Amino acid sequence: MTTTRHALLGTAKRRFPRHHPAVPNGLYRVLLGAAVLVFAALLVALVVDLVYQAEPAFAHFGIGFVTGTAWNPVKVQYGAFPFIMGTLETTVIAMVLAIPIGLGTALALAYLLPYGTRSVLGTAVELLAAIPSVVYGLWGLLVVAPWARTIIEPAVGFVFGHSGPGSGPEIGIGLLLAGLILFVMVLPTMVAISRDVLAAVPADQVEGAIALGATRWQTLWRVVVPHARTGLLGAVTLSVGRAFGETMAVAMIIGNTPALAHSLFSTTATMASIIANQFTEAEEPYHLAVLIAIAVLLLVISVIVNVAARLLVRAVGRSRTSTSIAVA
Amino acid sequence: MSILALDPILTRRAEVQQAAAASLRRRQWRSRIALGLCMACVAISLVPLVAVVGYTIERGAPIWSADFFSHVSTPEGIPGGGIWNSIMGSLIIDGIATAGSIPLGLAIGLFLAQSDSRTAGVIRFAADVMAGMPSIVVGIFAYGILVTTLHHFSAIAGSFGIGIIMLPIIIRASEGAFRTVPKDLSEAALSLGAKNAAVARRVLLPTAAPGLFTAVLLAVARGAGESAPLIFTAIGSQYFVANPLQPMAAMPLTIYLDGIQAYPELQQFAWGTGLLLLVVVLVLAATGRLAAARLGGGRK
Amino acid sequence: MSATFTRPEYRYRRRARRLIFCTANLVAAVSIIFGVIGVSSANAAPSSVTLTAAGSTFDQPFFTLAFYHYKQQTKTTVNYASIGSGGGQQQFESNIVNFGASDVPMFAADIAKATGGTVVQVPIDMGGEAISYNLYGIQGGLHMTGPVLAKIYLGQITNWDDPALKKLNPKVTLPNEPITVVHRADGSGTTYAFTNYLTEVSPTWSAKVGDGKTVAWPVGVGGQGNEGVAGVVADTPGAIGYVELDYALVNHFTYCEMLNPAGKWVSPTIKTTAAEAALHPQVSAQDFSITDLKAPDTKAGKELGKIAYPISTYSWVLVYKHQKSATTGAAIVDLLQWMTHAGQKYAGQLDYVPLPTAVQAVAQQTIEQIDGPDGKPLLTPALAAKFAKTA
Repeated sequence: MTTTRHALLGTAKRRFPRHHPAVPNGLYRVLLGAAVLVFAALLVALVVDLVYQAEPAFAHFGIGFVTGTAWNPVKVQYGAFPFIMGTLETTVIAMVLAIPIGLGTALALAYLLPYGTRSVLGTAVELLAAIPSVVYGLWGLLVVAPWARTIIEPAVGFVFGHSGPGSGPEIGIGLLLAGLILFVMVLPTMVAISRDVLAAVPADQVEGAIALGATRWQTLWRVVVPHARTGLLGAVTLSVGRAFGETMAVAMIIGNTPALAHSLFSTTATMASIIANQFTEAEEPYHLAVLIAIAVLLLVISVIVNVAARLLVRAVGRSRTSTSIAVA
Repeated sequence: MSILALDPILTRRAEVQQAAAASLRRRQWRSRIALGLCMACVAISLVPLVAVVGYTIERGAPIWSADFFSHVSTPEGIPGGGIWNSIMGSLIIDGIATAGSIPLGLAIGLFLAQSDSRTAGVIRFAADVMAGMPSIVVGIFAYGILVTTLHHFSAIAGSFGIGIIMLPIIIRASEGAFRTVPKDLSEAALSLGAKNAAVARRVLLPTAAPGLFTAVLLAVARGAGESAPLIFTAIGSQYFVANPLQPMAAMPLTIYLDGIQAYPELQQFAWGTGLLLLVVVLVLAATGRLAAARLGGGRK
Repeated sequence: MSATFTRPEYRYRRRARRLIFCTANLVAAVSIIFGVIGVSSANAAPSSVTLTAAGSTFDQPFFTLAFYHYKQQTKTTVNYASIGSGGGQQQFESNIVNFGASDVPMFAADIAKATGGTVVQVPIDMGGEAISYNLYGIQGGLHMTGPVLAKIYLGQITNWDDPALKKLNPKVTLPNEPITVVHRADGSGTTYAFTNYLTEVSPTWSAKVGDGKTVAWPVGVGGQGNEGVAGVVADTPGAIGYVELDYALVNHFTYCEMLNPAGKWVSPTIKTTAAEAALHPQVSAQDFSITDLKAPDTKAGKELGKIAYPISTYSWVLVYKHQKSATTGAAIVDLLQWMTHAGQKYAGQLDYVPLPTAVQAVAQQTIEQIDGPDGKPLLTPALAAKFAKTA
């Protein structure tokens, strides 16, 4: 016992040399406590400040401004429904593309590619998440919008017979372009989480399926994916949360018209983009308060979606800590 | 048993084998097609990365020059403009934000790693909530707190917004890093009579240093690219005034403000700034990932 | 690196320390290099005063050029945020900027909301609004009248080969292409002048939409700022939009010739806009519209009326009458006096119309009302004389 203790102490003296002096424990606890208090205060201040700034709008219009469709600040008419629909529509377009392609990529990364390629390509897809939103907006506005105007929208219009979702002038910017760029931005999150979730399926399930004579696709589709479906749902939810809150790229390419979109090619606005657009100029009565009320709505929705997503993903357990910028 | 009695068995066996072979062929074809689609998905996923980086290089590189990096911006029509004010602005705004959010984030990460109380659970949840907050909401908060009260657009309001965005990333990543420190190390220290403070100072911090490094890099990479909190706080500037209480330019802001213009020279500036920002952010993120992978061992 | 951590199992720690040390040094080095570059090239030359301003995108090209030259002469830095007239008014009312810029002056209701005290408004420049269009193969100078333009913006005329347009342009082969109407998405004085014109020429427009900095546009795509509208028009074949003349010229847009009340087709140029301004010498913040429907009846008026371009607007600087800080107040007054006199030559360079002499006098009278913390006017006679020479 004494030898062990002496050995430990002796090692301690060399392992923890003097340039790591001890901090008095009381001070430490005070500092940590203060940090936690500051953090909590920040969060509370954020909610309080937003609600306080938005209060005139809620008091005057009630929660009904969420259903109104007319947005006319000059006539003090504020209907936020077009923006809610815009947010939903862009997210739907993005997810319709992101779910199959993201799932396919995640499956390939987790099970089909050789180990070396897997980590390189996986990192490459995750680096997509590191690209700043404004750069996506710039690229979308100046590079993809002309493609949308000349190739993509005529093709989509042709498919829909130039009516319904495919009607209207094809000018490039608008709902469809926003959905496409949002898809690119949401893809890395979808792929990163799906890949972890799929890789976490126990090997014995996979091996059992192969032993029973299933082809590779059959094991993936009928064993791995169903086993991981909670986590996959979490990945989808988290991606949806990211799509809801995306501001700058969407603001640059969606045209910012405060009206409902009647076709894929219309310009419209999302909750985040209309706030970014009109915030500095909101000088009519209640205009600023309504914009902040929309921000509160956006915050509430984002929080709910994000919490749901984390609960779903946590239920599966993750093999990696948050060293991925796609998830952070 | 006579040989004639085996015949139905043999026929049946042949049928089953044929059916099985046909089924196998069918399933294998389906499998090949589906797997091919999956590989196609991987290719599709990589196309945007190549496209964004490629076009940014193609359109941004031509404008890079010595003037570009060392001069402030000039109005249209006056040559020799640059983005020096945006670069310095980004360095200052992100520097202040980092200086503010790292100590706070590390402290909270330590708290979460060392305690499993209900408060810790609540704080962890709160950090997750903050992580998913849209950046425009953070911008509005910074505006309400620092711009309307000081009656000024200012760089410090922008730093505040960016700091709030960086904070949850640092909290979660640092908690993760501290939790990778092997339990027996900290338990050994505790058993020797060290209190939490000493454990943190002498065991957790040095051992988790690589993970913390990654956390900081990732947070800075994210913060440097954010533009929404800046559009109504730091608001941008054509000049550089070394005063954080004044408006200041920043790279993401310049990209946004110049990118939506119709003047081709300003659009080129946006591309050039975009390329610089892209390079910085990708290098930071890639270094963070590399550090996590190579140094993640952590022990000793 | 150090005597500690030399044992082989410490290699992770050594590598970590090396990596962190190198990165920290790299970041510090980069910051220092950029700092030194800047300081040595006198970019960060200490400025005596910094002013912030926000507002009209209409003014942005002129302001940026003017402030750049002003800084070289006086070392005063002016930060201008081009966020639209509505934004400028909003930031000015909240007293977040030193002065605002707006293409339509503040009305009494807005002035009541201003938190910094009494407001004075100084006319600073004027310009014509060009109705730009993007039609491949069609020359500039398409003929357009007010009522037809109103119908286009009401959505009643939707195609370029509509009979109404063909009638105005018998010699031009108009294509069968849908018209994409472009308007401002943000609050704008440019919009005010445009909708004010449409209200005067079209009763339907007046009844359905009216005028204002933001209106409920029946049709069309929104662009952010003059530059946003210009961008959409530039990128969209078949588009039509209203932008300040400088944006149209720099982007080589084709723009319309409007029919003025005297019955002539005129393009927006310095001469034609100046003629329109000369027809209305008495402008003030309360009486600022220079759009009218009737041809002038005096002889001199008729001459001007022949070339007057109907869609033009003044732009105004909003500033608080009582300045609480002597240095800031003096800087503002100096800047405004320079801009309305010597600085007007930069307006001319960018195809804005320099202020007519009568209006310069109005501007000077307004600037004289600005006083400092002690209540005395900040525009001293010496200062006034220094900038007395005009463009």
